[in-house]
Amino acid sequence: MSEPQTDTTRVHTRRQARSGWNPLELALLWRSRELLMFYAVRDIKVRYKQTALGALWAILQPLLMMLVFSVLFGKLAGLPSDGQAYPIYTLCALLPWQLFSYAVTQSSNCLLQDAQVLRRVYFPRLVLPFASVIAGLVDFAIAFVILVIMMAAYGITPGWSVAALPLLVLLTIFASLAVGLWLSALNVRYRDVRYAIPFLVQLWLFATPVAYSSSLIPEAWRTVYGLNPMVGVVDGFRWALVGGPEPALGVMVMSVLVTTIFFVGGLFYFRRMERTFADIV
Amino acid sequence: MTITALQISKLSKYYPIGELDAYPTLREAIVNTTRRWFGDANAIKKERGIWALKDVSLEIPVGQVLGIIGPNGSGKSTLLKIISGITDPTQGHADIYGRLASLLEVGTGFHQELTGRENIFMNGAILGMTHAEIRKKFDDIVEFSEIGAFLDTPVKRYSSGMYTRLAFAVAAHLEPEVLIVDEVLAVGDAAFQKKCLGKMSEVAEQGRTVLFVSHNMASVQSLCSRVIRLHQGEVVDDGQPQAVITEYLEASSSVHPVALDERLDRGGEGPARLQEVRVERSDGDGTLRCSSRLRIRLRYKSDGPLMFARFVVSVYDLTHVGLFILDSDASGPLPETMPAEGWVSCTTEPINLTPGRCYVNLRITCSGGTSDYVQQATTFDVEADDFFGTGRLPTRDWSVGLLHNTWTAREDAAE
Repeated sequence: MSEPQTDTTRVHTRRQARSGWNPLELALLWRSRELLMFYAVRDIKVRYKQTALGALWAILQPLLMMLVFSVLFGKLAGLPSDGQAYPIYTLCALLPWQLFSYAVTQSSNCLLQDAQVLRRVYFPRLVLPFASVIAGLVDFAIAFVILVIMMAAYGITPGWSVAALPLLVLLTIFASLAVGLWLSALNVRYRDVRYAIPFLVQLWLFATPVAYSSSLIPEAWRTVYGLNPMVGVVDGFRWALVGGPEPALGVMVMSVLVTTIFFVGGLFYFRRMERTFADIV
Repeated sequence: MTITALQISKLSKYYPIGELDAYPTLREAIVNTTRRWFGDANAIKKERGIWALKDVSLEIPVGQVLGIIGPNGSGKSTLLKIISGITDPTQGHADIYGRLASLLEVGTGFHQELTGRENIFMNGAILGMTHAEIRKKFDDIVEFSEIGAFLDTPVKRYSSGMYTRLAFAVAAHLEPEVLIVDEVLAVGDAAFQKKCLGKMSEVAEQGRTVLFVSHNMASVQSLCSRVIRLHQGEVVDDGQPQAVITEYLEASSSVHPVALDERLDRGGEGPARLQEVRVERSDGDGTLRCSSRLRIRLRYKSDGPLMFARFVVSVYDLTHVGLFILDSDASGPLPETMPAEGWVSCTTEPINLTPGRCYVNLRITCSGGTSDYVQQATTFDVEADDFFGTGRLPTRDWSVGLLHNTWTAREDAAE
């Protein structure tokens, strides 16, 4: 076939078989940032539609959990809370935890939820897990106001360490994406994942020092414990807000490292699986 | 010299059976992977699959409106999906020169809980418009869709007509250089369909390239400057709309048996499986017409005698609206025991349908469980006849059903 005569001012796209690992094309994701925000806003708007309490749920969930934990673990089991009042100590951890568990659950299921769109329109698929994680930030922000009120009530003023908070929120987001990217791509092919997620999140909660203090873990195992990035996040939150003990450097480094590895790996894995999504979803 | 908008070279798409079948489970994947690692030769099953597209090559110049026709499963949608980037080809490649937008189904990405206004922005973004672009065209979109007062109502409260109008309105205001449209005009009322067709030819006149898939031959003929026909994944005809369409209608309108035993995309647990379906006239030979009686004959095969078998034939029009359910249990059961292999036949009264295409889903249940289920097992075309005896031929534009009726006029209400 002869070379086609084309208008060089037009963008050229080639569709062909791709195999194995593909470049990430993050520029494409950046160009789709408007769509990403639309999806995030949609998730937020839809979340509490046709509920009587509406966004009040964003406050109730962490508050009720705090109550249950305070009674069960604080009062009955008498778990230590590094000298802090147990309710505030646990609420401090519940906030990033709920952001994480929401983001992991939503991003893992996002491709199935929008299966119809996947089969019929093309846009960078990475938009979907990113958007569902961002949507979780709104609940987090609402709940954060409650935490601030609680802190005021308990007379706690955070020190300069509060400056680390944005970084810790960022770590939470990337940690949830690190899990969400893998699970969402796997979920398209193996519906088993959908059933495993609630269980996985539940287990993860116990592997994270939300109800208890990480000081319960023997010193020698702390760094290994940090393999769970939420350990670094929760310890960091307590340190930043209510003056908990400074998190061990080893734990933080480990948390950041694990998150980075799984996040980048997840991006590549997602891109690899992406080309078959429309065929099998 | 013509400028190329789309260059397709030797494009092929293969679907392995596993991907069409039920979802593979994690357990199967683990077992298969381990076997592959340990070199178990039996692990690699003999693969059976389908080439949805085979060696399709096409060159489409800028400004051409290309119609793509062919029966269900001929590869039309697969071709559009590859060009849109939704799925990758197995072999070959397609080069697209220019910004591309595709409209594979009206209302894709609409969210039930969001309002009309919110969905305009959401859907526009999904289809590739920027926020600024949508804002600029917002008023035009609202006007075109005729939804006016319901702009701030969640779309789940919309009638299906309003829903379709809004969805098409968004898509119609895309300004891509290459536009791909799949069967979107099959929905909505006749007046709105005309409006959409008008919008489409407007797009074409602006020198944009359009790929248009439809079962509605009238709109293909009026819109397109060139038509290709696909059959089992291959381009079998390419040329002037009139010639290609005539050839296609001749090839497909004859009533012929359709083999079903090779169909892989079927449901049900067995053992009884459908082997063949024939749609015929029961009141004479030749073309099926508006007032013809229908006879549907099914050949089945099972391991042993069939107990309490029930055969269900559902007939739909191309907008997936159910027209008839022919259910052997509802209209008088079949014998309790039937031979392991054989034919069942269903004969109807006059079908009273307007001319157009219908498709048929088939189901066998045995002792309550689904034994076999084949979607879109076959299609048939109803041709026009002088149904009312007045010389006015009915058309599908206005309705699907036909009903004989008489009119009288009097001064008072008494009949």
